Amino acid sequence: MSDGKLVGSYIVPVHPHTVLAADQNEGWGRLRDAFGEAAQRIKDSDADLLIIYSTTWPSIIGHQIIADPNPEWVMVDNDFHDLGSIPYSFNIDEEFAHAWNQANENRGLKSRTVAYHGFPIDVGSVVALKLLNPDNAIPAVIVSSNVYANRAETTVLAKACMDVVKATGRKAVAVTAMSLSNRMFTKPIDPKDDKIHSLKDDEWNRKILEFLGEGRLEDVGQLSRTIHRQIRVNKVVAFKPMWWLSGMNQNRNNLTGEVLAYEAIHGAGGAVVHLDPAASGAGDKEYDEDDVEYFLGERNVLDAQSDETETVSDPVSAKPANSNGPALWEPTVSKDSVNSSAAPKPVGAYPHARRVGDLLYLSGVGPRQPGTNSIPGGPIHDADGQPLDYDIKAQTHAVVQNITRILEEAGGSINDVLDVTSFLVDMDRDFKGYNEVWAETLGKVGPTRTTLAIRALPTPIAVEMKVIAKAPAKK
Amino acid sequence: MSKGEIVAGCLAPHPPHLVYAENPEQNEPTAEGGWEQLRWGYERLRESLADVEYDTIVLLSPHWQTYIGTHFLGLPKFKSLSVDPVFPNLFRYHYDLDIDVDLARQIHDKAADAGLAVKMMENPDFRVDYGTITTGHMFNPQWDKPLVVLSSNRSRDYYSVEVMQEMMMELGRVTREAILASGKKVVVLASNSLSHRHFTTESAIPEDMSKEHITSHAMHLWDMRMIEYFRTGQSQRILDEMPEFTEQAIAESDGGGLSWLLSTLDIPNYPGILHGYGTIIGTGNAIVEWPERNHKEASE
Repeated sequence: MSDGKLVGSYIVPVHPHTVLAADQNEGWGRLRDAFGEAAQRIKDSDADLLIIYSTTWPSIIGHQIIADPNPEWVMVDNDFHDLGSIPYSFNIDEEFAHAWNQANENRGLKSRTVAYHGFPIDVGSVVALKLLNPDNAIPAVIVSSNVYANRAETTVLAKACMDVVKATGRKAVAVTAMSLSNRMFTKPIDPKDDKIHSLKDDEWNRKILEFLGEGRLEDVGQLSRTIHRQIRVNKVVAFKPMWWLSGMNQNRNNLTGEVLAYEAIHGAGGAVVHLDPAASGAGDKEYDEDDVEYFLGERNVLDAQSDETETVSDPVSAKPANSNGPALWEPTVSKDSVNSSAAPKPVGAYPHARRVGDLLYLSGVGPRQPGTNSIPGGPIHDADGQPLDYDIKAQTHAVVQNITRILEEAGGSINDVLDVTSFLVDMDRDFKGYNEVWAETLGKVGPTRTTLAIRALPTPIAVEMKVIAKAPAKK
Repeated sequence: MSKGEIVAGCLAPHPPHLVYAENPEQNEPTAEGGWEQLRWGYERLRESLADVEYDTIVLLSPHWQTYIGTHFLGLPKFKSLSVDPVFPNLFRYHYDLDIDVDLARQIHDKAADAGLAVKMMENPDFRVDYGTITTGHMFNPQWDKPLVVLSSNRSRDYYSVEVMQEMMMELGRVTREAILASGKKVVVLASNSLSHRHFTTESAIPEDMSKEHITSHAMHLWDMRMIEYFRTGQSQRILDEMPEFTEQAIAESDGGGLSWLLSTLDIPNYPGILHGYGTIIGTGNAIVEWPERNHKEASE
């Protein structure tokens, strides 16, 4: 079987009011009704798996996945214990949980399965499963939200999950248990007085829901850091679930979205949203952040502190954050040199390109990405020299992209390329994929080409190109 | 009724690894030791208080996190299984603990009178967090004293370290008042680590001490700075530097325990006794006791 797919995605609120006190506030009642509508849609979709990503289950040692086939206990919320208790007995797909764990490892992630009697299933997961799957008819799997995970790790977590969905032929529904704005009132309130904590939170929530209603999931994902800064209390878990959900949906922006309800729960923004994979007819808008297939980082950087800082400074002598090779340098500046901040930093004292007469000579260009120094398609070996699986096509695409950036910095374009010398570290393995990408890109431009096999490159990459191009006329 | 007394205040961290390494019969997993420096520190703390009589332990744990004020366990007994959601491989502890509900309510009421948001937790299905259990076990493995357990009000998350500290100082003040008015002899415990940056991977053998160290030099420097203040009775400096310490060392003082403890002890200007320091999965942990005898000597 290999026709597994996602048949729907849902965003649902985490607090226990919808289970225990839906009759105490009209808004809580509407959220409860929306849960019911979502449950019916899930049933009608013939889904055979519910995948829950819960923000109320933080983890530290990578991600954790529930693998107890039948977790049973009684859940009491830390804050809202006076609303009552929620007994639970869930139907967990143990086999899928283990397969997902393995798929994570295959993509460079750290995760582990959890199957201990009495393990406390978190409030967000309990509420979601109680109301979306009340008769336990659909097996489920639950994953934690890792405290230290950044966008790359969270995206790859989703892709690993979809690897298993596809490989096992499942019809899966993805659910994020989360608040929008998460600032609650810090004192008890009368249920009838509940409202969104502030106008600003409400406005942001409505903007997020406007995007989701238009199916613009990846756009919301790319706003995650901004949303977190604007309307999220700094609990240990940031606004990550949109990264995961977007990854589950191929980072698409043209889903069919519908907001089933939006209400306050003790001041926080709670919404039930359905995202159908059917294309909405809107254009799948371009997005800015790089896609990522394999996780290469060490989770040693907290996103909130590193978003807007360079990984290296001038003069650059530090190792790059993700250790993809030797120290980075600022490109040297001399007469007629061409350097681009949009290209990866050199690993020695040389410029990105140099203009001589009517020609541009580019230094060897690899696939490393500017800023992050990451390698699309993954590095060819780890820090200890152990070989890793990698995607030569992704690396070759990235090389062409970097060449384009340097030529554009010089005022030209990829169409100016005249001659290319390509270096492959594994001709037998990689020539075919490299050649396919060449045909789609530079092959259409028509430069001369020489391809050589070499033993190694300075960074853990599989392909590098040395380019001579026509120089644009000087202004 | 005679006047109540705080016989000691202690910084008593709670990583579940300590209980795991002790192999008590209540905990399901078993270990080949580990983290001995800290476990011996707890041993010295217990010895230090072995001859001191007291009635109740008052404990604030950062792992009962509440966002709507401070909550108090409000039933006389809690018995269940506590499983750490982060380290379930290390901590699955069958607990059976008694609560001093009278003292809990007295602190609750005084806090309410002072304008703080408070709530008694009276749901019998509630599971006690692993921070409370770990500190409770390491401090008093016999479990022969009742506890008052306070939640960690995450006001730092909502506002700032400064606002958190202001609220915790007030909570500490009323805690002290309630204890003194109760006529009871009490030990107060703040259950938190110092620097709190974890490793993000775990050794195949979690108790493999060849892998254990502080996550960074900066964390070490902050921990040593705080310990120096503990050892020299400079509590006010700790409070003054709390915002920087909490932010830069990602310290678990963000839960308010340390500020509350120092306030409950009336900001001690007498030396605390360092019983132990060690790292646990990269975080810095100190066991410190401020005994009443040092307080009395300083006052004479």
